[in-house]
Amino acid sequence: MEAVPEKKRVTVDGQDYELVFGRPASLTSKPFTYCPGCNHGTIHRLVAEVIDELGIQHRCVGMASVGCSVFSYEFFDFDFISCAHGRALAVATGVKRVQPDTVVLSYQGDGDLAAIGTAETIHAANRGERITTIFVNNAIYGMTGGQMAPTTIIGQRTTTTPEGRDEHRIGWPIRMSEMLALLPGVAFVARTTCHDAKSILKTKVAIKKAFRAQLEDRGFSMVEILSNCNVNWRMTPQDAVNWVGEEMTKVFPPGTYKDVFAEDQEKARADAPSKTKAQSSEKTEV
Amino acid sequence: MSAQRVFMKGNEAACEGAFRAGCKFFAGYPITPQNEVPEYMSKHIWDHGGTFIQSESEVAAINMLMGASAAGARAMTSSSSPGISLKQEGISYIAMSELPCVVMNVVRCGPGLGNIAPHQGDYFQATRGGGHGDYRTITLAPNSVQEMAQFVYLAFELADKWRNPALVLSDGTIGQMMEPVDFSEMPYVEPPDKSDWCLNAHQEGRERHLITTIYLLAEDMAPVHERLVKKYERIKKAEVRYTDYMSDDAEILIVAIGSPSRVARSAIKAGREEGLKLGLLRPITVWPFPYGVIRQYAESDRVKAIVVTEMNWGQMVEDVAMAVSGKKPVHFVPKHGGLTFTPEDMLEPIRAIRENPMNPETLWVQT
Amino acid sequence: MPIGFIEILDDTCKGCLLCVAACPKSLLHQTKKKINKRGLYPVEFVDPEGKCNACRLCAIVCPDVAIRVYKQPRKPKTEQPAAAEAKAG
Ligand SMILES: Cc1ncc(C[n+]2csc(CCOP(=O)(O)OP(=O)(O)O)c2C)c(N)n1
Ligand code: SF4
Ligand code: SF4
Ligand code: SF4
Ligand SMILES: [Mg+2]
Repeated sequence: MEAVPEKKRVTVDGQDYELVFGRPASLTSKPFTYCPGCNHGTIHRLVAEVIDELGIQHRCVGMASVGCSVFSYEFFDFDFISCAHGRALAVATGVKRVQPDTVVLSYQGDGDLAAIGTAETIHAANRGERITTIFVNNAIYGMTGGQMAPTTIIGQRTTTTPEGRDEHRIGWPIRMSEMLALLPGVAFVARTTCHDAKSILKTKVAIKKAFRAQLEDRGFSMVEILSNCNVNWRMTPQDAVNWVGEEMTKVFPPGTYKDVFAEDQEKARADAPSKTKAQSSEKTEV
Repeated sequence: MSAQRVFMKGNEAACEGAFRAGCKFFAGYPITPQNEVPEYMSKHIWDHGGTFIQSESEVAAINMLMGASAAGARAMTSSSSPGISLKQEGISYIAMSELPCVVMNVVRCGPGLGNIAPHQGDYFQATRGGGHGDYRTITLAPNSVQEMAQFVYLAFELADKWRNPALVLSDGTIGQMMEPVDFSEMPYVEPPDKSDWCLNAHQEGRERHLITTIYLLAEDMAPVHERLVKKYERIKKAEVRYTDYMSDDAEILIVAIGSPSRVARSAIKAGREEGLKLGLLRPITVWPFPYGVIRQYAESDRVKAIVVTEMNWGQMVEDVAMAVSGKKPVHFVPKHGGLTFTPEDMLEPIRAIRENPMNPETLWVQT
Repeated sequence: MPIGFIEILDDTCKGCLLCVAACPKSLLHQTKKKINKRGLYPVEFVDPEGKCNACRLCAIVCPDVAIRVYKQPRKPKTEQPAAAEAKAG
């Protein structure tokens, strides 16, 4: 579909160059249909890059949810099923239990995962389903035109909170990562953002860990990614990503809330004989 | 289970039918009077290489089924009326996705919480799609423990044959009662291979498989609708099933399904002793409905009236009236609130109908 | 020769300008010179002095994978093309 096919190497004035950043193989050639500057695209790319790097493209099965990413299956190049609003993790459970060799991915917005699908989310996590969830928190209902989401922050104006979200009328923004971290079935949960290059790279690291948790049969994993909806926030893309970095992160602090791999390391350190303990503590000091 | 004839509960027999059909996935949520199904499944499905999940809700259960079916397994859920209402969202998506699955409804009395007594108030819901959008589900109505097993077994076959959800519309009486079941005609089968369309981990070297229900453009949606409608038309031609009892010389034909059809048989025997020429037509598929055969009875000079007995306010009677299309009087004899019929409950109005085939007391008039 | 350069896919670019702010060398520019198939103005890469070091920051922030980054191979000439390509793929 792209007019200019991707070349792995090119020569300019006798100098060889190699492609160091291109389109991941796990994406189809169809350009994203999201609004200009929307981080749904960024997040799709990161997920596809991780899938490429783990070499699992042909084992992946995606759950498309209902929201702006309802057509995510047009962009990801592996088996996909589109689910009813909020039900992605129930469908994912059925797929994974029947085909345990698949790598199951659900891609959900905040309305989908944290409002209508709250029960499905909590219980799939609590059962420790071997599923990886990409949770795109943009503090709004993007697809339906900018209504309040469960994650809308206090004072934020939406089409259904025209005076700004008032906690006395409609409650507080819901923090899913913190809640899910309490469940023993959860192997990995982190909140990251996509507001600049550094945070985007951190998001990729978290997504990779989340898939690792599934591949190593450790339990449920989720990355909550703070994303922008510049159109419904009525901001320019740059102002919108700045707002994510400056305002949203105050309500939704980025961080790793549950990490079985880190717990493993800690346990190994604690169990290790004192000699290696000393060595490892030396190392951490360096 | 080695013996071919086993004495068991209707709900348990349904599970055995499922195992023999190769059911590998069951998800469900407790509700009376179908609890024996998830209980039996949770105990035995593992021995058949399957998986059981007690879901957080019926909504979750049906969506798990959607996933399991999309992944290629023969999958089943069961519930009773309030829970079946919750499953309607998922059934609509499954129908549109053209995924096979089996859903059993051990109907209780509604609306609302109602009570746990047997009832037939979910007939419309089962035969008209039930959820949003224009679709149909193949619906089988058992009236014995034997048929609970047999129809679940058959439902799996039909669901796969047509890639459509198949419902088993039972009621609290059939689910709870105990009878001997003969499994000799239900051999264990290997579920069909669905790797040409299902979601799996073997995507190397093949086109990816996509299952979706969204077609934003009307021009894209219309051909999908057309394909579905054509499928439903083919199902209507191929899958109508019914049985009859003493109907060859009947002057008054009773139409009944589920537990009332059992009472009807007793009523027919007793009625014939007092000279009432009664017979029974029992639809086995209520969608597709046996309109044709009922029309034939209605057109016969011998038949004076048709009596529909249901444990509701009149649902299947509308299908019967449609089949009869004014050729003979249609009467409706109901039971409400979870009360069950005795043969006399049927015979009393039938005697009056024999005296006056247009007896206004029971005459069904479309309003 | 510059260490690297980028290629902007004009018809994929949506002109969101996130890359413009991300480039530490200010090599990307908003321009209204051309209009793409979407009816949007794609950004332009202008690097007459060969300052681009292929740091990829522009591509990392691009939500639409509209930027390709090319870089001089690290070790000149002694490379094994098969291995390098497998990595890139
Ligand atoms: C049962 C049901 N209720 C409501 C809708 C309408 N609907 C579509 S998308 C959406 C909100 C999606 O918001 P979110 O999950 O935050 O995704 P975003 O668009 O913000 O990425 C709603 C309410 C629906 N499709 N189905
Ligand atoms: S409406 Fe918002 S979330 Fe949806 S594509 Fe546009 S910017 Fe992204
Ligand atoms: S690769 Fe780095 S230096 Fe080159 S254009 Fe992109 S951001 Fe600028
Ligand atoms: S970030 Fe991408 S889409 Fe946005 S202006 Fe730059 S190249 Fe275009
Ligand atoms: Mg949202």
